[in-house]
Amino acid sequence: MSSIATSLPRFDTPARLAIGVLVFAVLGLTGTAFQPDLGALDLPRLSIVVTVLAILGVRYSLGFARHRVGDLVIGLVTLLSAWFLIETVANHPGLAAPGFWYLTIATWFASWLFVERMAHWRGLSPSAQKLVNLAIPLIFGATLLVLWQLVVVGAGIPQVLLPSPGAIGARLVNSVPVLWADFQQTFLKAVLAGYAIGCGSAFVVAILIDRVPFLRRGLLPIGNLVSALPIIGVAPIMVMWYGFDWPSKAAVVIIMTFFPMLVNTVAGLAAADAMQKDLMRTYAASYWQTLVKLRLPMALPFIFNALKINSTLAMIGAIVAEFFGTPIVGMGFRISTEVGRMNLDMVWAEIAVAALAGSLFYAAVALIERIATFWHPSQRG
Amino acid sequence: MNTAAQLYTPAPHGDRAGPVIDIEKLSLTFATNDGPVHALSNIDLKIDEGDFVSFIGPSGCGKTTLLRVIADLEQPTAGRIAVNGMSPEEARLNRAYGYVFQAAALYPWRTIAGNVALPLEIMGLDAKEREARIARNMELVNLKGFEKKFPWQLSGGMQQRASIARALAVEPKLLLMDEPFGALDEIVRDHLNDQLHQLWAKTNKTVVFVTHSIPEAVYLSTKIVVLCPRPGRIYDIIDSDLPRQRTLDIRETPEFLKVAHRVREGLKAGHSYDD
Repeated sequence: MSSIATSLPRFDTPARLAIGVLVFAVLGLTGTAFQPDLGALDLPRLSIVVTVLAILGVRYSLGFARHRVGDLVIGLVTLLSAWFLIETVANHPGLAAPGFWYLTIATWFASWLFVERMAHWRGLSPSAQKLVNLAIPLIFGATLLVLWQLVVVGAGIPQVLLPSPGAIGARLVNSVPVLWADFQQTFLKAVLAGYAIGCGSAFVVAILIDRVPFLRRGLLPIGNLVSALPIIGVAPIMVMWYGFDWPSKAAVVIIMTFFPMLVNTVAGLAAADAMQKDLMRTYAASYWQTLVKLRLPMALPFIFNALKINSTLAMIGAIVAEFFGTPIVGMGFRISTEVGRMNLDMVWAEIAVAALAGSLFYAAVALIERIATFWHPSQRG
Repeated sequence: MNTAAQLYTPAPHGDRAGPVIDIEKLSLTFATNDGPVHALSNIDLKIDEGDFVSFIGPSGCGKTTLLRVIADLEQPTAGRIAVNGMSPEEARLNRAYGYVFQAAALYPWRTIAGNVALPLEIMGLDAKEREARIARNMELVNLKGFEKKFPWQLSGGMQQRASIARALAVEPKLLLMDEPFGALDEIVRDHLNDQLHQLWAKTNKTVVFVTHSIPEAVYLSTKIVVLCPRPGRIYDIIDSDLPRQRTLDIRETPEFLKVAHRVREGLKAGHSYDD
């Protein structure tokens, strides 16, 4: 049994993917690419590129170009193939036939194969390894976008349901001034101000609670209660109190970010263990010395947890709050009006900006955390 | 705090040569849900300047609690205690002692030098004095060259040595040590015992040392206090007649074995093994 098993060629993932590329390329090239009767072979550039892909895919089995340059060529040809697919389908929107989908799958497998090969590259210099580690998720993301584009355009999905990334990108590029004004109004004013005040005041209250224990019983339940208030009830009230402009949105953000910060800071201040506190006692350290030199550093991992949670909560809070009355600028305002006008590509453009801003905000907090809590086991790596 | 102040009766003036630690009829009872626990009962003990005193006994005999009472980390419920002729609280506020815990308890966000500097910063010493004390005490515990390392980059034995340097940096005349080497392996422990002995011989500090190792207690001490549990009390106090200057080889001599035997007998008699 075992001798038979070892004599068979080993089918690892790259080998299976290469066969997948080959099979779907053959299926695609022999089938109908677009309705009513446009064959893939009538599209010479695409046919050539996919054929090359199919051959390169199985080159390890055929026994040539078994090296990194060969792998890189696969990556480049896959890129070309994706480009030709996008270009071709744009001329035949909604008319994709099975042949087109087979070619799409072949290209997808080729991209996957490229990433698989790259992940197995050994003996790279540290900087090259860093580059590869960065490239892999980027290629993965790009592949998803290309598939999204091909499916939406090829199947003719109405843009109200789901616009293609190309359409969203075009709208984004054409609306930079509007998007920038919205970003300024919502992020730079409401989110940042609300986040800073919400987290800052919660921190101060947490210290107060710690210093004056009876406040714990009074303030924690109130904080809990406030955090449980539904945002769609609170937002209109804040608009009544603070007007239509950004301060009312900042107020909503304060309400949303206050409690997570309070609870985490209070928990963090209790994180120092008895021995560490006894140590400070033997030095006759004052309350503030113990706080600054022991308890706050111990609380940092908790505090950063809250800051990270709040970075995304603040975005959500500010955008949703703009649904309840706002001047004619702001990300939430834009989303609600453009939905009404069926301009879904603009909505998606705003979502893209919000996602990007939220991710960068989170990443910035995470980076500061890494620097500030380098000593914590979770950061030592 | 009030209780501690009431319990303390000032020593008569001019009594400078009096004991460093003077304990009379001291008791400590913890109130728990299962009723009172008599952690310490009727303790009488005098520790003189320059003594190396070990508290030895099985778990639950109150040896750590007694050390914590001296350090003002626990309050006695009855009796009298004076540290340097002051109440433990005054002694603590005067930074009269250095305390070494069972674990190194170093702060991971500070370097080794930063950890040694911690009590000095709290005492408000200026940077120059801090630097001098750090250098002196790092050398004393053989940690020179590791100033910039973080605690988690050092071995357990080195961490514990750093925590001893931290206690010494306060430059107290009294050093309280609660099973400082309990978590270390025998080889490292022997080595640190030797270093601690030399340190004590060199500096003539008073050391109170909690342990449950008989050889460790006999090797290090001039006085061995055997405690027994339920309630925690002193069973025997042994004044060791071993010479002040010792090496680890002394553990093979008949004098050493005689003292060790007496400690072991005390531990056996004070502890009923039938429960």
